[in-house]
Amino acid sequence: MTDIRDYDIVIIGGGPAGLAAGLYGARGRHKTLLIEKGVIGGQIALTEMVENYPGIPQVNGFDLAQTMLQQSESYGMETEYTEVHKIEQRDGKWLVTTDSGEITTRAVIVTTGAEYNKLGVPGEERLIGKGVSYCATCDAAFFKEQAAIVVGGGDAALDEGLFTTRYVSKATVVHRRDALRASAILQERAFSNPKIDFAWNTVVTEILGEDQVTGVRLKDVNTGEERTMDVSAVFIFIGNHPNTDFLGDLVPVDGGRHAIADDWMATSLPGLFAAGDVRQNSARQVASSVGDGVTAAIAADHYITANFHGDTAAAHAEATPAA
Amino acid sequence: MAKPAEVTDNDWETEVLKNDTPVFVDFWAPWCGPCRMVAPLVDELSTEYDGKVKFVKLNTDDNTETAARYGIRSIPTMMVFKAGEPVGQIIGFRPKSNLKQAIDAAL
Repeated sequence: MTDIRDYDIVIIGGGPAGLAAGLYGARGRHKTLLIEKGVIGGQIALTEMVENYPGIPQVNGFDLAQTMLQQSESYGMETEYTEVHKIEQRDGKWLVTTDSGEITTRAVIVTTGAEYNKLGVPGEERLIGKGVSYCATCDAAFFKEQAAIVVGGGDAALDEGLFTTRYVSKATVVHRRDALRASAILQERAFSNPKIDFAWNTVVTEILGEDQVTGVRLKDVNTGEERTMDVSAVFIFIGNHPNTDFLGDLVPVDGGRHAIADDWMATSLPGLFAAGDVRQNSARQVASSVGDGVTAAIAADHYITANFHGDTAAAHAEATPAA
Repeated sequence: MAKPAEVTDNDWETEVLKNDTPVFVDFWAPWCGPCRMVAPLVDELSTEYDGKVKFVKLNTDDNTETAARYGIRSIPTMMVFKAGEPVGQIIGFRPKSNLKQAIDAAL
């Protein structure tokens, strides 16, 4: 890259928080860039059905994300698929270093969300894509009439577990406690589904199989008793961790490495905002992430207006038509 | 611009295994969100590697025999074949730069 490109707002992460921030940034007539390293939508891109987003009774997660993207782009938000390695303060602005070059910007909104946790047991890494999966909607169809386990006790575990029953002969939900964390409606559906049963107070200690998953080793956390179970698939939904590693020590984070931000999504650094699942105290819902993103974009707008007095990328772009 | 052609269980042998140049296969299905994200990247790569690598797609719903033969248990899975043998595999969505690395490593 010869030229360093200049923006008003750079949003890092294309999930619901980032897409919503992009919509408001672009509608605020700011030169706005959304950077995504993987799939637009983030976690919801892998969600079969979103049914708790107010105003939309039921929508496929991937489709919802695509609609949000189109809406934001229709107001001028730009999108780039690359990975951000570093952000640093530079002459009152921010310098964003990506795989495809450097970018300067007046404000940065970090919406990098969270990534699923791995079990960290033997066999897991080796058998990813060979029976070990973190996305039932992607992979359940490969296990028609076969047995599976679903690890976890939250909404994602039950939602995805219920999805697997369209294909698998039986899905055993393996949960380390004796009660679920998932919402009541999902619990009701799971308890009444004949293909789902539960292994309570149980953890997975090993995933077995050479080239394909053939079983799991399970341990009862109360008695310590171990047993093996023959299954072809292991679907893992045991929470997630925020994607803040690329920030290094730049931004204050809490014990779980969530970025700390105030009611306006502002971090302790000028022009740097954090919104959505990446932020401490996020409710971790599509709707709340969208709200976070909108708040951050409005705060970024105020910040740019107060600090740059019309010296914006949008104003420069208007003054110098693109060659 | 050479868009990746759809291959099936029936023409797998001739289109992939017996092809003269290396073949990049995108195993996908219509219901798979990440597969829909991979598709435009594969389209672009097929233009960039035009003449060097052949790009094809296999729908795993309609062609279960081939999917089972290569132990596909997750999609998108992408494989590179050279002289009928698999020489590279990528499981799950990756940015384009990662796909290029995998292709270059296999060539």
